[in-house]
Amino acid sequence: MKNRLKVLRAERDWTQAKLATELKVSRQTVNAIEKGKFDPSLPLAFKAARLFGMSIEEIFQDE
Amino acid sequence: MSDSNKDSGDQAARNKKNTAYLGYWTLAWLVTMAVAAFAPKLVWDYATLPTILAVLVNLAVGFGMIMANKRHLQGFDEMQQKIFLDASALTLGVGLVCGLSYELLEDIKLIPFEPEISHLCILMCLTFMVGMIAGHRKYR
Repeated sequence: MKNRLKVLRAERDWTQAKLATELKVSRQTVNAIEKGKFDPSLPLAFKAARLFGMSIEEIFQDE
Repeated sequence: MSDSNKDSGDQAARNKKNTAYLGYWTLAWLVTMAVAAFAPKLVWDYATLPTILAVLVNLAVGFGMIMANKRHLQGFDEMQQKIFLDASALTLGVGLVCGLSYELLEDIKLIPFEPEISHLCILMCLTFMVGMIAGHRKYR
């Protein structure tokens, strides 16, 4: 699954650690999601969507 | 401090506390295991009542360790839980398959000695370590 987390994070000048803190996960998990190696659960995807003020589909796209 | 930073700090502190609890329970379990294994011979000359008590205490502390491990796992985020779960599944599979084959080796006279449960424990520990390392590498 592709996602725009890295771009959205960069737009806000956030580090992976900062995003991890906001999402209440580890920095390694944020890194794995950004690289498309780990697909987040629906609750975590909703949390990311709420954090960036977007819909899930605007952040995560099925490949 | 923002709410999310506070929550994250709380979570990290909770994880640290859970890890410490797991360490204490594991240490206690090892001590009670040593008592149950050696004290009957060295301390009370195989008297039945203290031996039964030592085994029951060991079992009780073992269940405490299991609950501490469960709490430790619940403190992980979802990717860490998946890595842990995958490593556990691998360990269970390897332990079951290799354990039964190892037992069979003696029954069919392919090895001259009796299989030891400690060998299986070592294999399971090594398998779990390999599983955890492989999981972390996979999502790196």
